[in-house]
Amino acid sequence: MVFFRLLLPFFTLLPLLAHASDAGEFTAADAAGQAKLLETWAAQPSDQRLPLLQALQDGRVGYDDSKHPYIETDGNMVAADADTPATGEVRKLRLNNRLRGLVINALAAQQMLSTDTAVRLAAAQQLQRSALPGQIPALEQQFQGEPASAVKAALALALANLQLTDPAPQVRLHAVRLLGETGDPSAQARLESVLAADAETDASVRTAAQTSLVQVKRKLMVGDLLGQAFSGLSLGSILLLAALGLAITFGLLGVINMAHGEMLMLGAYATYVVQVGFQRLAPEALAWYPLVALPVAFFVTAAIGMALERTIIRHLYGRPLETLLATWGISLMLIQAVRLIFGAQNVEVANPAWLSGGLQVLPNLVLPWNRVVIIGFALFVVVLTWLLLNKTRLGLNVRAVTQNRNMAACCGVPTGRIDMLAFGLGSGIAGLGGVALSQIGNVGPELGQSYIIDSFLVVVLGGVGQLAGSVSAAAGLGIANKILEPQIGAVLGKILILALIILFIQKRPQGLFALKGRVID
Amino acid sequence: MKRRRLLKAFTLSASIAAMGLSWTAQAAETIKVGILHSLSGTMAISETSLKDMALMTIDEINKAGGVNGKQLEPVVVDPASNWPLFAEKARQLLTQDKVAVVFGCWTSVSRKSVLPVFEELNGLLFYPVQYEGEEMSPNVFYTGAAPNQQAIPAVEYLMSEEGGSAKRFFLLGTDYVYPRTTNKILRAFLHSKGVQDKDIEEVYTPFGHSDYQTIVANIKKFSAGGKTAVVSTVNGDSNVPFYKELANQGLKATDVPVVAFSVGEEELRGIDTKPLVGNLAAWNYFESVDNPVNTKFVADWKAYAKAHNLPNANTAVTNDPMEATYVGIHMWAQAASKAKSFDVDKVREAMAGQTFAAPSGFTLTMDTTNHHLHKPVMIGEIQDDGQFNVVWQTKEPIRAQPWSPYIPGNDSKPDHPVKSN
Amino acid sequence: MNQPLMVTAAHKAGTPLAIAIGVVVAVLLVSMALLSLLPESNPLQVSAYTLTLVGKILCYAIVALALDLVWGYAGMLSLGHGLFFALGGYAMGMYLMREASGDGLPAFMTFLSWSELPWYWYGTQHFAWALCLVVLAPGLLALVFGFFAFRSRIKGVYFSIMTQALTFAGMLLFFRNETGFGGNNGFTNFHSILGFSITSPGTRAVLFLLTVALLAASLYLGWRLARSKFGRVLTALRDAENRLMFCGYDPRGYKLFIWVLSAVLCGLAGALYVPQVGIINPSEMSPTNSIEAAVWVALGGRGSLVGPLLGAGVVNGMKSWFTVAFPEYWLFFLGALFIVVTLYLPKGVIGLLKKRGDA
Repeated sequence: MVFFRLLLPFFTLLPLLAHASDAGEFTAADAAGQAKLLETWAAQPSDQRLPLLQALQDGRVGYDDSKHPYIETDGNMVAADADTPATGEVRKLRLNNRLRGLVINALAAQQMLSTDTAVRLAAAQQLQRSALPGQIPALEQQFQGEPASAVKAALALALANLQLTDPAPQVRLHAVRLLGETGDPSAQARLESVLAADAETDASVRTAAQTSLVQVKRKLMVGDLLGQAFSGLSLGSILLLAALGLAITFGLLGVINMAHGEMLMLGAYATYVVQVGFQRLAPEALAWYPLVALPVAFFVTAAIGMALERTIIRHLYGRPLETLLATWGISLMLIQAVRLIFGAQNVEVANPAWLSGGLQVLPNLVLPWNRVVIIGFALFVVVLTWLLLNKTRLGLNVRAVTQNRNMAACCGVPTGRIDMLAFGLGSGIAGLGGVALSQIGNVGPELGQSYIIDSFLVVVLGGVGQLAGSVSAAAGLGIANKILEPQIGAVLGKILILALIILFIQKRPQGLFALKGRVID
Repeated sequence: MKRRRLLKAFTLSASIAAMGLSWTAQAAETIKVGILHSLSGTMAISETSLKDMALMTIDEINKAGGVNGKQLEPVVVDPASNWPLFAEKARQLLTQDKVAVVFGCWTSVSRKSVLPVFEELNGLLFYPVQYEGEEMSPNVFYTGAAPNQQAIPAVEYLMSEEGGSAKRFFLLGTDYVYPRTTNKILRAFLHSKGVQDKDIEEVYTPFGHSDYQTIVANIKKFSAGGKTAVVSTVNGDSNVPFYKELANQGLKATDVPVVAFSVGEEELRGIDTKPLVGNLAAWNYFESVDNPVNTKFVADWKAYAKAHNLPNANTAVTNDPMEATYVGIHMWAQAASKAKSFDVDKVREAMAGQTFAAPSGFTLTMDTTNHHLHKPVMIGEIQDDGQFNVVWQTKEPIRAQPWSPYIPGNDSKPDHPVKSN
Repeated sequence: MNQPLMVTAAHKAGTPLAIAIGVVVAVLLVSMALLSLLPESNPLQVSAYTLTLVGKILCYAIVALALDLVWGYAGMLSLGHGLFFALGGYAMGMYLMREASGDGLPAFMTFLSWSELPWYWYGTQHFAWALCLVVLAPGLLALVFGFFAFRSRIKGVYFSIMTQALTFAGMLLFFRNETGFGGNNGFTNFHSILGFSITSPGTRAVLFLLTVALLAASLYLGWRLARSKFGRVLTALRDAENRLMFCGYDPRGYKLFIWVLSAVLCGLAGALYVPQVGIINPSEMSPTNSIEAAVWVALGGRGSLVGPLLGAGVVNGMKSWFTVAFPEYWLFFLGALFIVVTLYLPKGVIGLLKKRGDA
């Protein structure tokens, strides 16, 4: 081992020379031959193939007219077999999905030789999913020599997956027992196949498989339930972000803002513009564009909201149904304006790396980062709004104007300015919601339209003017939706939810959290 | 009669305005052709580029001397993604503007809406989009794919060793007629290949669905039971949230490939393609196809987009329905020259067996009887630059089977168009 | 909005001038239908395109009138009238589909390989039952929804949003293929109605005349209602519901009656719309359509009977023209129209005309 480690730098310096023939063999073969090669390499791991496999996985391998191999290094195609001259144009080698899967498996097999425990652990976990029967001898050997217990356990499982068809009943029994200890969804299918009629003849193995299956199912159920709860919360947080701005403009000011959806849309487009700006001006800091997009979206939408309030909505206070029509008109114009400026097509807003992928909590439960962040962000915005409304002078004024406009005016509150600021705040929060929405779905001119009905339902269900109501309504709708969806499908689920809301409003016309009072019109 | 005159004046001004839109307003020696694509509303996102492609093709034909000595004069109308309005505008094109032919429609419902009008007035419609089949009208030429020219080869590919030997199929679609019919045909096809019902899952979502958490979790669960492929007929806008969710929940194309029938180059423009790499789409044409006809086609389109200042002209792409539009207009022009007339019946007759060297690299033939094009099928893999890498294609164009043999009762349907009235 | 607009409107409508204008318009519409029967070569011939276009707008005008009854008079803005319109249309569509398919199943069902009709399709091959459905489907739905809504005193914005949710739910439901109404394609490709070919000029003219008749009848009904005590109670309801209750009236019955009547009118309009336009599908239920109907009413003038008709005509006429001439600017124009009307014309075009008349 020591000797090997000393040699390692040497190998990395001259990897292509050392194993040029592998690359040559691979580029010369046809798809079937390439698959065979990858299977052989996976069964006979060797450290020296690592660069080639890595290059294959990254799509850096090329070939010329006489099928000589090339590997792209620092953007240049370098001949892998140093002594062969290039014949014709060098083209990139394209793999299909099957070969790509085999490359990943073969790469993991080679990585089992790594000195880094973390690399070996990841490789062993990959092998649990992809290892082929031909790899059993190599895996067994690695299992014996493995020092780290976590890797050893992972390897044991990878082996167990393959040993279910071992001729020795004792080995099968061991494998079946081991599988029972995982929460991996594929274990269930594997155990079920063991239990299928005339698959397993040994009675003791069968009973063990049954017990294991029950164990696995229990573990999977925990993951499923947590997953459902999470997706409900996530949907709720999205609904909340979409509705929160409306809770202010509608709930506090009484403006039925049908252009609210367009504020979300403008927030999302602001994100897009910020992203494009970063791509052009500061590509190295691109990953952090959503953070910059937040204030930009807030101020852009707040400014547009305030402008609208001053020019149009201000004239319509106290005539809620008229504001509905006027703001609908505004929304049509905003949609068409965006369409003319940015085109009718959706624009591309990419998740930065830190919002991509997910957190593997259980074998069958992955929490996508963008959703986790959005849940946190929704909480943050709610707290911020609450503080703003309850702990600042502006909030005090807003509440005063809401409760009694004339009295507030008498006490010297500049009601006009407060209206404008409150509307701006509501629009700005909608803009923040738009930033969040851009991270999970489309950004197109019609983005707002798909959220407007849901937003209104959240606000109405929660009780107009009640922040807490909106929060609980959003969470409730999200979770109810996600409980219903697996049972009756997404379409019927949505219809049922709408029907339930209509029924609920009949029961409690003021929503979940009604304002108590004796005011009558 | 004041009201009537007003109306006449009204329609007159409408047609004058329509004429104002066409920039080749040559006096007598023109023949009008209609373009019926939504320029506003939900379908504008897809159809606007088809309108521009049609205008470009007409331009091209006019520069080459027009048809039968006449220049083509496009009449563009906007049915605004409103289905009854499609019928109204179709009637307007046929009776008020008296166009010789109409190129248009995208959704099946818009086609169904205009179909009675075309049959009543004996008009001619060229329909350029892949659809569910189950229709064959003497007044329509279908230049998009029927299910056997797109869906079935795609599934065959997924089942092949090269495509990953999928054993289980998750059929996911938006809840409307095209996905339902396609999946029905696919299910029957899979049965014929020995796939059992327990290995097929069919799931539908409402229009504009944006929360795919539960569905992706279900796909994951389903895929634990064996090598799985997802066949997606998810409609346009819902694709972005779907693919994002797939990527973020860690489902890779190498584990569970997704083959889509409605995701093309145009749709990929609005998507961050990194998480999609390796997923598949089945079409009859890809922009990345390498042949001289296509090189010219793509270059012409990009130049046209720049010259006419189309939105996002610098990232203009071509896609399958655009190619189908292009082929359809050229074939109509050829047929009209062959018939030496613009008369619908004569052109229809001349269309049979018409051939055209298409950008797909194949010489496409209009079937002699069934009004559908023979088309090659290609499976493309999404690359990170928003283009497709063709991983598989048929050797020859395939004849369309609009009456799918996998739907019971279709064997008695005639293989030539019959008026529904 | 504190003036009992309706009362003045009723007075105006009663003036000989208004009656004269009404008669002239009616005569024009009827002669349009007759002129459409002329051969195409005749210069006076009204084309099928014009006739269906005007027929469509007339159907919309009935919807506008129906919406005005509940909004302009009783003060309840419904954002779900498209649902009732579509239900009437679907009921008629069911009959037309059965007529087109003869003894077999409607085309879209064979397409789904259904072997028998769902129960709610029974009897739809009879025109009379289809007519009953045209009235019953929207009527019953409105009755049930209205009963619960008015019992718990949902009003104002809440009522609007609930109706919007209702039509949205209806749209999603009808989008489903399994619901049995042809999914998003809806019903198209009708052949005949009562044995008459649906494309023949004669059938078109008759359908058109029926639409004119229904419009005239609804106008007359609205006029009678507005002049009656019932109409005054409705206006009182709109302007001060609580005061009315303190006076000893129970508003629920009044509201429910006008609400159901309005829904039925919409259903009838939908039933006439479908054979003329040739298609019915769930997009008629989209919330956007219902909001647009509210704009017709607002533009024309709430609380008057002629206003909504004017509004429906102007907006739809504009739409047909704008989408040809300036497709990209249509939405700007429509949006600006909404804003201008609400800001500067709270009583709509009719209010403007009246002001001019008074001055």
